[in-house]
Amino acid sequence: VARIIAGVASSHVPAIGAAIDNKQTEEPYWQRVFSGFEKSKEWMANAKPDVAIVVYNDHASAFSVEIVPTFALGCAAEFPPADEGWGPRPVPVVQGHPELAAHIAQSVILDEFDLTIVNKMEVDHGLTVPMNLLFGSPKEWPCPVIPLAVNVVLYPPPTAHRCYMLGKAIRKAVESYPQDLRVVIFGTGGMSHQISGPRAGLINSKFDKAFLDNLTKDPKKLTRIQHLEFMREAGCEGIEMVMWLIMRGALDDDIEEVYRFYTVPASNTAVGHIILENRRAAKGKKPAARKKPAAVKKSATGKKPAAAKTKRAAARANHQNVRRGKR
Amino acid sequence: MAREPHDYDDIPGTFVFDAEKSRQGYGINMFCMSLMKDANRREFKADEAAYLKKFPLSPQQTQAILERDYNRMLELGGNIYFTAKLGATDGHSFRHLAAVMTGSTQEDYAAMMLAGGRSVEGNRSKSGKAKPAKGVKATAKVAAKTAAKPKPKSKPVSKARSKRG
Repeated sequence: VARIIAGVASSHVPAIGAAIDNKQTEEPYWQRVFSGFEKSKEWMANAKPDVAIVVYNDHASAFSVEIVPTFALGCAAEFPPADEGWGPRPVPVVQGHPELAAHIAQSVILDEFDLTIVNKMEVDHGLTVPMNLLFGSPKEWPCPVIPLAVNVVLYPPPTAHRCYMLGKAIRKAVESYPQDLRVVIFGTGGMSHQISGPRAGLINSKFDKAFLDNLTKDPKKLTRIQHLEFMREAGCEGIEMVMWLIMRGALDDDIEEVYRFYTVPASNTAVGHIILENRRAAKGKKPAARKKPAAVKKSATGKKPAAAKTKRAAARANHQNVRRGKR
Repeated sequence: MAREPHDYDDIPGTFVFDAEKSRQGYGINMFCMSLMKDANRREFKADEAAYLKKFPLSPQQTQAILERDYNRMLELGGNIYFTAKLGATDGHSFRHLAAVMTGSTQEDYAAMMLAGGRSVEGNRSKSGKAKPAKGVKATAKVAAKTAAKPKPKSKPVSKARSKRG
C-alpha cells in the first residue's frame, strides 16, 4: 500500500524563487538562506519519494476573488507554472498523480472534508519555491505532485484544528491506496511575516521557534491556536502556518525530527524549515532486513512465509500507528 | 450599514481581508488580477485611467490605484496578493511595497528586516489589552522567559506608530 514516509515544512517566499531565477543564490544575503537547504536536498535525494503531496496556498494566481475554495485538491495530469506578474517562473511543468489524487478526494470527502476538486490549475511560487528548495532546479521534477491549495488569503482560513484533522484524513486515504508508493507531504508557507499595511515587516522568532518545537513534540497544542493569535503574534500573513498542520496531521503522533533550519529574513519573511520522519518508516525497514534470514531458516518452505510474516508485521505496526494517530 | 466589529480590528497597522472587504474590493482585485496577462499590462501602462474604466471601481478606489496608495487600496478592499500584481507591473517586489506601506525608505526597511524585522512588542494591540499568546509557550524555557517579562506587553499604538514615521 501507499505510505507517508515523512513530512517537510518550508516557507515559500516569492523572493527566494526570484533569487533562483535571477541566479543570485551565491550572493551572501541569499547564501544564508540557501545554505540551510543543502542537507535537505541530500535528504530528499535519498528519500526518493514516489509522490509528493504539496500543501500550499495560491496567491491570487489560479484563484481570484471570483471563487475561493477552502481546500482545493489538484487532480489534473499536469500543472503549469503561473504568470504572477513577472511572466511564468522558468521551472518545469509539475506532473500530477491523477489516480492517487482522485482516490484521496473520494476518501477524504466521504470522511466529511468537503474538498474542491480541480482538474485544471496553474501553480504559483507557493508550490514551486519549496520544490526548488528540496529538489533543486532539475529539468524535470523527480516525482509527481498532488497540489492541495488552501485558502489563507480571504479571512477566515480553515482553523488550525481543521487542518490537522484533514491531515489525518489524507493519511488514511493514502494508506488505503493499493499501490506501493512512498509519499512525502509538504506543508508550506510561514513563518512569521506581515507584508501588508503599516505593520509590515513584523517578525516573531520566539513564536516561530516555539511553533517548530511544538510541531515535533506537541502538535495538538498548536491546533488550539486561534486565528487572532496567529495574526497578532506572527503577522497577518503568518496565518499561513495552519498549512503546516495538515502535513503534521498526516504523520504519526510520535515522529523523528531529522532536520531544522530557521533564518531571518528572506525579503519580508522569517524562513522556517523542518523535516519530520515517521519512525515506523525508518524503523520498519531495518528490522525487516535483519529478520529476513532468520525467518528463512525457520521456515521449511522458504521465502513465501517469510515475506508473509514481514507483511503481517508491517500491517500490525501500521494498524497500531493508525490507532495511535486517532487517539 | 456600518462594518461589523471584529476581534482582529484590534491588531494595529493591519487590514484583514475578510468576506466583507472582498465584496467591497472586488473591482480593485479583479483589475489587479487582469494584470497577470502581459497584453493587459501593456494596455494599462498605455492609458491607466482608460483601462480602469473597465472595472467596477468607486472614484476613491480609482484614485488610490492611480496614486499607487497601497494602504488606501487595502482599506478599500484590496488584498496584498492582488495589489502586488500592480506592484509587479511597475517593477516592484513585495518588499518594495511593504516598505512603501510602512512609510519607510527602502534602505531603512531593508535594514530593519536584516536586523530581525519589526518586533511584536508594542505592536500586538491597539487597545493594549492583548497579552502574549498562550500558544507561543512551547517549552519550559520559553515559558519562563515570557513570564519573566513585565505583563503589560502592549504599548499604546500611537506610541508604536510614531516610531514608524
